[in-house]
Amino acid sequence: MALAVAAALLVFTVWAREPAIAAIERPDPARFDRRQVASGAALARIGNCASCHTVSGGRVYAGGTPIRTPFGTIHGSNITPDPETGIGTWSYEAFARSMREGVGRDGSHLYPAFPYDRLRHTGEADLRALYAFLMTRDAVRAEPPANTLVPPLGWRPVLAGWKLLALPRRAPQAPQPQLGKLWERGRYLGEGLAHCGSCHSPRGILQQELRDRAYAGGWSDGWYAPPLDATSPAVRAWTTQRLYAYFRTGLSTAHAAAAGPMGPVTHNLARTPGGDVRALAAYYAWTMRDAPAARAEPALPDRAALAARRHPAGAALFRGACAACHEPGAAMMAAGRPDLRLGSPLHEDNPRDTVQIILQGLEPPVEPNGPYMPGYADTLTDAQIAAITAYMRARWGSGPDWGDIEQAVADARDGSSK
Amino acid sequence: MIELTINGTRHRLDGDPAEPLLYILRNELGLHAAKFGCGLGQCGSCTVLVDGKAVQSCITPLAALAGRAVTTVEGLGTAAAPGVVQQAFIDEQAAQCGYCIPGMIARAEALLRADSRPTEASMRSAMRPSLCRCGTHMRILRAVRRAAMAMGGGIVDPTEPAS
Repeated sequence: MALAVAAALLVFTVWAREPAIAAIERPDPARFDRRQVASGAALARIGNCASCHTVSGGRVYAGGTPIRTPFGTIHGSNITPDPETGIGTWSYEAFARSMREGVGRDGSHLYPAFPYDRLRHTGEADLRALYAFLMTRDAVRAEPPANTLVPPLGWRPVLAGWKLLALPRRAPQAPQPQLGKLWERGRYLGEGLAHCGSCHSPRGILQQELRDRAYAGGWSDGWYAPPLDATSPAVRAWTTQRLYAYFRTGLSTAHAAAAGPMGPVTHNLARTPGGDVRALAAYYAWTMRDAPAARAEPALPDRAALAARRHPAGAALFRGACAACHEPGAAMMAAGRPDLRLGSPLHEDNPRDTVQIILQGLEPPVEPNGPYMPGYADTLTDAQIAAITAYMRARWGSGPDWGDIEQAVADARDGSSK
Repeated sequence: MIELTINGTRHRLDGDPAEPLLYILRNELGLHAAKFGCGLGQCGSCTVLVDGKAVQSCITPLAALAGRAVTTVEGLGTAAAPGVVQQAFIDEQAAQCGYCIPGMIARAEALLRADSRPTEASMRSAMRPSLCRCGTHMRILRAVRRAAMAMGGGIVDPTEPAS
């Protein structure tokens, strides 16, 4: 029996092995074409690479970012051209294989927190531009901390099994000329490099994206990433124009400010050539074309008296902690910030985003003078945040009462998903 | 009726539960260190400690404070015997007009109570919600570095040497 297991393990290990690609001398940065580097810079922003490959307050692309998964914490790798701790010895072929197949230069399988299930759709010219961009960054010597994963996931050959079971085939996208060039460009970027579905789609038990439920809403870093399909909870239509403004400024005056992990996404898109951002906007306006608000924008009731009767403690806390900015007519609203009735979080089917914004507040996502909200994590207890949340849902939200909000606050503080 | 502790003294307050702590401190208890700046939690001049954490008192309603311990700058020392952080701010002459300084001191106190050896980045990020319109931020950061040293710690990777 033990022999059979050992033999099976051996066969599996041999099957799972990928060859190493020979190390190269770090290419001379001066040899890369400048336009190609500039194009790669824009693509890296669209791909939001910096979010997972830069630690807060650290050198850009030098890795070390903790990424929490249900199986433990892994750390974003160093993708600067440092030969020892980064990708300085990677040839273009090694880089392209990592993006397409999720295999490192030395042949080891990469964890799918690196979204190669989507990055693999990136075309050859764009991959070459990304390579040129990364190889011309400052080399930073920085070894990311060791991953802490539940066994046996620290043993990378198991990832070959994951790929076999969970990695979708790379199928070419059928042309849809009737939807236009802008739409096709948006689909190419959105479904691939921008990997929007990685956060906005639900995942299965192997943490694979459930492709048949793409964009039905997912989780990212303890935040809920709302649906981008016909079930979008927004109460104002996400038109191409509104999405474009949101991507470029981090604020949609008909919806809300970009919060949590979406903040850096808009920060990057604000610094990307407008054409590609418009393409993404056009594509996601299309994926949400059948959402309720796209058909008819509902009237937005303010059930202030009813909500105060049902949640008196929440009403008092709201009056003292939130009303100075968020009561209809407050000064902050006169400065062009969206009304709480519009904010998608209060219309979502779970309280997580509302709770996260109260806990963490909002950093200006794009420019320093953008929307800022202080976090209340140290000011209010879980029960108090739950009371305010229940009050706001009753006053402005749509849909039934949320269940155990206090548990949602505890989960959000803990950083867990769901 | 809400019971809480302010600078070590028990208080029973029965005002409007929505009334922000700042107004209670200044108007009812005569504690004038915490300042009204914006009233919107945007500037930090009203910052005090609640259970040891930095909290903006202008957006903290009385109803949130049952059983909790509030410390204002009055509770950190006196003019004759300043606390460690206060002394560091004096030594670095960190105040210009001084309006933001009690909030800055409260924020530094909360940071250094939790960790007297923060990194420069975490120190800056902890101090960031408090704004100084005179522009003495660099002196304020120096005062926090000095206070960290005085508390037996120090900034791990200071961007300038301690004075």
